[in-house]
Amino acid sequence: MIKSLTNCVVAGVAAVLLMAATPVWAEDAAVKIGNFTFGPQELKVKAGTTVTWTNEDDIPHTVFSPNNFRSKALDSEDKFSFTFTTPGTYKYFCSLHPHMTGTIVVEAATGSISPKQ
Amino acid sequence: MTKDNQGEGPSRRKVLECMTWAGTGVLWTVAGGVPTSLGIIDEALAQQAKGFTFLQISDSHVGFDKPANPNVKGTLEEAIGRVKALPDKPSFMIHTGDISHLSKPAEFDDADRIISQARLDVHYVPGEHDLIDDERGKLYLERYGRGTKGAGWYSFDANGVHFIGLVNVLDLKAGGLGNLGNEQLEWLEDDVKGRSASQPIVVFAHIPLWTVYPEWGWGTEDGARALGYLKKFGSITVLNGHIHQVMQKVEGNVTFHTARSTAFPQPSPGSAPSPGPMKVADDKLRGMLGIASVNFKQNEQRLAIIDMPLQG
Repeated sequence: MIKSLTNCVVAGVAAVLLMAATPVWAEDAAVKIGNFTFGPQELKVKAGTTVTWTNEDDIPHTVFSPNNFRSKALDSEDKFSFTFTTPGTYKYFCSLHPHMTGTIVVEAATGSISPKQ
Repeated sequence: MTKDNQGEGPSRRKVLECMTWAGTGVLWTVAGGVPTSLGIIDEALAQQAKGFTFLQISDSHVGFDKPANPNVKGTLEEAIGRVKALPDKPSFMIHTGDISHLSKPAEFDDADRIISQARLDVHYVPGEHDLIDDERGKLYLERYGRGTKGAGWYSFDANGVHFIGLVNVLDLKAGGLGNLGNEQLEWLEDDVKGRSASQPIVVFAHIPLWTVYPEWGWGTEDGARALGYLKKFGSITVLNGHIHQVMQKVEGNVTFHTARSTAFPQPSPGSAPSPGPMKVADDKLRGMLGIASVNFKQNEQRLAIIDMPLQG
């Protein structure tokens, strides 16, 4: 689930020390692959988000965005994760069933809560 | 065809009907039109005048273990059993891809072990499931790619027929269909150049070369360009797999045909939310799996295709 930005900002300052210890800042998001579709088909996330695709079909699929990322063939229940660090629009598709397409829109992580190293 | 028959029972009459059918070469045996009794088909095949017969087998998906068919090795064995039981030995088999489910060496091994029991030469083309090893097709080419070009395309001649095996499952584009690509198309143009227009052509590839249902990706982006290079030929037969059901279309000199899978059926276009494996009642499954026999007789414009389900 994506935490809302407001929550992050409110919690941010107070939680810097805590977050440095446990990197919960890296928000996660999920895309399900089912019935030969990516769901949600378009997903908006903040930079730094890790998106995980899970194949819930009986047939293998891939997640492929040329020049950006490419998963191996995902058998049923297999997962693939990619962390989006750079804002932009990432179109991807299944290289085995190219009529399956999806988009990840990555927005700048404003009100930065990036952990200090 | 001239063999006299002693028995005059109704089944003999049916056999003769089948023979007439095959003999004229006008009628194509398709899903709905196939004689349902396997005995009749076998007898009809046995009675056919000397022709040249080869078999098509497709989509064996060895490694698949989901509810639509938890025993794909078993049904492949049954299909090969049907081949072995044919009264006239076919010249060879073609396999139109998706030999394996996940391109694993053990899956290819199992498929080879079962298919080799037919004791026939097998000419393969890959399906998308055969090229998903980490190096995207290396395993396939090592096993099946001897003497092929590029990603595994090739041609050969048998009994005066020119066979062309194409690969349309690589480098697919987002939102698109199957894809042959420029290099392969140029090779094809060159391959048929200078051949007599009267030579029958058989083209086989995994994904249908004609557009069956683009919403599910069932077609080939540049398939029309490939067929354009074959225009001058009087008899063109296009054999595909991928959609796990029999479908046929005749367009001028071109006959398109897709074969059943030996592993699991898929829904007819648009009849389900997705083209995924279709679970049917256990007693229905074998009627939806099968192989195809293709017979060519000299002086016939068209090849006779007989689809043989594992069970009528």
